[in-house]
Amino acid sequence: MYVAVKGGERAIDNAHAWLAEERRGDTSVAELSVPQIREQLALAVNRVMTEGSLYDPDLAALAIKQSRGDLIEAIFLIRAYRTTLPRIGHSRPVETETMLCDRRISATFKDVPGGQVLGPTFDYTHRLLDFKLAADGEAMAAQTAAPRIEPTPHVTEFLNKEGLIQTEARSEDTPPDLTREPMELPANRALRLQALARGDEGFVLSMAYSTQRGYGNSHAFVGELRIGKVAVELDIPELGFAIEIGEVELTECETVNKFAGSKVEPPQFTRGYGLTFGQTERKAISMALVDRALRSKELGVEMSNSPAHDEEFVLYHCDNIQATGFLEHIKLPHYVDFQSEMELVRKMRAEIFAAQHKEAAE
Amino acid sequence: MNKMNPASSQDEAPGPAARKAWMSVLAKSNPKDLNAGLAAFGALPTFDWLRRPEIGGVMVRGRMGGTGTAFNLGEMTATRCSLRLESGEVGHAYVQGRDTRHAEQAAIVDAMMQGPNAAAVQAAVLTPLSEAFATQRLKRAEKAAATKVDFFTMVRGED
Repeated sequence: MYVAVKGGERAIDNAHAWLAEERRGDTSVAELSVPQIREQLALAVNRVMTEGSLYDPDLAALAIKQSRGDLIEAIFLIRAYRTTLPRIGHSRPVETETMLCDRRISATFKDVPGGQVLGPTFDYTHRLLDFKLAADGEAMAAQTAAPRIEPTPHVTEFLNKEGLIQTEARSEDTPPDLTREPMELPANRALRLQALARGDEGFVLSMAYSTQRGYGNSHAFVGELRIGKVAVELDIPELGFAIEIGEVELTECETVNKFAGSKVEPPQFTRGYGLTFGQTERKAISMALVDRALRSKELGVEMSNSPAHDEEFVLYHCDNIQATGFLEHIKLPHYVDFQSEMELVRKMRAEIFAAQHKEAAE
Repeated sequence: MNKMNPASSQDEAPGPAARKAWMSVLAKSNPKDLNAGLAAFGALPTFDWLRRPEIGGVMVRGRMGGTGTAFNLGEMTATRCSLRLESGEVGHAYVQGRDTRHAEQAAIVDAMMQGPNAAAVQAAVLTPLSEAFATQRLKRAEKAAATKVDFFTMVRGED
């Protein structure tokens, strides 16, 4: 039961004023600017854009500043802002094959055309704290070499030529949009991918990890991981043709899984797909593994009771804003609710004690 | 909302492919560079708004497996506007982000590219923007190339 309660305005105002002061911290330390966050905490910005489901690095940086670095709070701010935006339209599907790759690796083919390009990665670092960063110092300059100008082909296309991997069905159907219609189950793959793309990195990572540890029995290889910018094309109704309205940085991951075949499919490799905003490769790989796990039914693979095979479990629990909204609401005043619970417990106790008393007396 | 653009015959004049190319360059340009290019060009024509700059979201779609059926990935911010120069040309802009000035300047250039000064606008504004974009891409590609792995096989010493 909800009952309006008045009071607390002054306390709330003062709490928010103190929050602002605490956000600023020690004023003898220089204040962070939004461009500093955008440029120097770029991976936090990328996560907020991906899970906030809105590509705008400046807004994501502002949200991180406002939320004092609480990324789920920042994602919440971005989601709230997103709902205020009129929808101009939808892009043509981005062609990741045309991506100018900052990074492109394959764990399945050493000598892949286009090569293994590491890009600005944490891989192969020693994970030792670098105290030089605590002192002011010049950043090391990146080295350069003769650039690759032509597009880098997708690794799975090579497997596809031999027929060893599933071909992705291609239809031009309008994909469902969970920001427009509530999610309904069973979901098709397009809806699952949208939900996973904006899902919580930690949750999707744990689900993916569970499939690797045996809860879902699949063994994935990273066929390809690529990061870079692609152009976004939008059809312009006034003009009758499409133009590029900008560029987004994306991380794309394609996983390949060995598959012994089933009643509906011959033995071949199957695919999982992850696509996320910015440089967010942990999330993209996780998304690809969970995508593959959730495809078990359509591939005719025996389903397990594992959480990662349970579409309802995954899709209804992967959104951190829904989760935190429901979780955190229980800390808000529930005085009347709780009063009625207390009444109930008192009444039950009284009945039981009365019964015991009567038994003892008999 | 604005009226439908009656000037479709005018829109076709420079050829859709050319217009698509310059509108894309304008959309992807750095707003500071565009502003600098226009400032160098000199006095700009006056115009009337057909649609004032409007900030909105564009749903970005991807393809399953990079090649398959489309799905909705997430939105990006974008700004659009339409205007008519006093000389009659209609300019449209759709640009990434929330910079209304960027959209306005892109629409002015789009309109001017349909008028008598197109060649001068191309030289003063669009060509430098295209070059800046290409240079930026090349610099990243050069850094990426330096991180490409050169595998070599160690020869075992066992004859």
